[in-house]
Amino acid sequence: MADRPISDYQFERFLDEGKLMGARCVGCGALFVPPRAICPKCHGSEMEWMETRGEGRLVAFTSISIGPPAMVAEGYDRNNPYCSGAVELVEGPRVVARIEGVDTRNPETIKVGTPMKAAFLQQGVDEERKTVLGFMPVDESRAS
Amino acid sequence: MNKKRKLGRGVAMVGAGMSAFDMFKDRDSKDLFAEAFVEMSNSVDKGLDPNDIDALYIGNFTNDFFAHQSHWGAILSDSLGLVPKPATRIEGACASSALAFREGVFAIASGFYDVVLVGGVEDMSKGSTETVAEGLALAAIPYERKAGFTFPGVFGAIATAYFERYGASREHLMDITIKSHDNAPLNPKAQYKATIRDMMRSKIKRAKEKGGAVPDWSDEKDFLRDPIANPAIAWPMHLFDCCPISDGAACILLVGEELAKHFTEDPLYVAGVGQASGRGLNAADDLTYFEATQHAANEAYEMAGLTPADIQFAEVHDCFSIAELLHIEDLGFFKPGEGYKAVADGLTRLDGEKPINTSGGLKCKGHPVGATGAAQLIEVWEQLRDKAGDRSVPNEDLRIGAAHNLGGTGGTCTFTILERR
Repeated sequence: MADRPISDYQFERFLDEGKLMGARCVGCGALFVPPRAICPKCHGSEMEWMETRGEGRLVAFTSISIGPPAMVAEGYDRNNPYCSGAVELVEGPRVVARIEGVDTRNPETIKVGTPMKAAFLQQGVDEERKTVLGFMPVDESRAS
Repeated sequence: MNKKRKLGRGVAMVGAGMSAFDMFKDRDSKDLFAEAFVEMSNSVDKGLDPNDIDALYIGNFTNDFFAHQSHWGAILSDSLGLVPKPATRIEGACASSALAFREGVFAIASGFYDVVLVGGVEDMSKGSTETVAEGLALAAIPYERKAGFTFPGVFGAIATAYFERYGASREHLMDITIKSHDNAPLNPKAQYKATIRDMMRSKIKRAKEKGGAVPDWSDEKDFLRDPIANPAIAWPMHLFDCCPISDGAACILLVGEELAKHFTEDPLYVAGVGQASGRGLNAADDLTYFEATQHAANEAYEMAGLTPADIQFAEVHDCFSIAELLHIEDLGFFKPGEGYKAVADGLTRLDGEKPINTSGGLKCKGHPVGATGAAQLIEVWEQLRDKAGDRSVPNEDLRIGAAHNLGGTGGTCTFTILERR
């Protein structure tokens, strides 16, 4: 694991394995999710992979009625909106992700501050298949 | 390293023109830029010999995607008959032509050129709405795109963070929409010239003619709350929170300050220019302000020796209603968390103490993204030179105006202060 180069490609391979990984600066200890090759805090370039707990809280979100072609292909539209949001991880970094397990047709019920847990969503089929980072409310993930 | 930045040579704005902004099935970027160029040329009080133009800086975001054609610098230099004058195309998402303006300023300030044409163009409307949304999303952070964000979605998410922090709501964003639409009918160049009340009346009239159920909205906010009239695009962003799809072009003539009086007795002077980069939703310092706007503004204020209180009116980048709210705080016009109260109190209306987006803003004037930064500065030009007609800021001593332009998720922001001496 530690041998893999720091890159978005490898970050996504970790998502395939159900892991939300960040890059920690060996020099100053700052953590970045997704990873960065160069630490913007101290400009050090020695970074190492670190697995996060995949837990955090929702800090911003939107329920999208008109999505890009890829989301339309997944069956999302005005009558079936999807949620995208930003989650602040317990380790500190903020990540953007699809938000599952919320009532996208009644977005006023979705609350900033809700505790969230990572979910690894499968999108597309065959060669187009990929893992997309998602989060869902902790209560929801316990129930399912 | 933190030296106070100033121009090595003063720069003046002596001409400005823009095309109509709308969705044109029968006109391309060359046609639109030619229209803007002719208007600019005619605006130069003492006349412009095109042979005097030394170089062109053209902002364009992604005609490559929208119109399947790139290389707009050389194409426009040719279509304007300016070959072999060098032309440079500049891309900074929706801030492209404000960057072109700034590069033109530097080219003159360096002493290398004396007369520079700056401007921008975008030809967006030929594809479907989904295609336009996909094209615009090219300016998002890659992680945002992978998470399914569209631009309305990015700004919708920012709105939820702002609402949570400061207790504002959709109702406050409606104040911004209503204000922009109140200014729009006063701007002959606006893509949408109707007030919200005008639109309510015409929808009621149509419903009566059709014999269907006649809506009974009590006021503008009641109309904007109606999910049929104002559907969600990316909650909490609804249709009337979003700027339209537009084609258009805008261009400006810049000259060395000491040459300005050869072109006009009434030039505007570049008092301050600022530009900065920012990060996306995952990495920005905070989701309730744009770090790049703050840095750009500070640079421009410092260069100009001015403070936010000195700016008598401003065009700000209201691609979405929530964006205008953040900008008027980031630019220092109002304290963080106070912007929505100022808007509700009418302070940003045409007759308020700090008029914002007298043009109708991107929301009503239109937003051909590569042309927008230059077009904002043209509104400042018209206001300061007393050419704004019925939408003139009611101030007998109007001398200082500014324009703020934003690209992406606040990835590129500019602030430009113009002065009439």
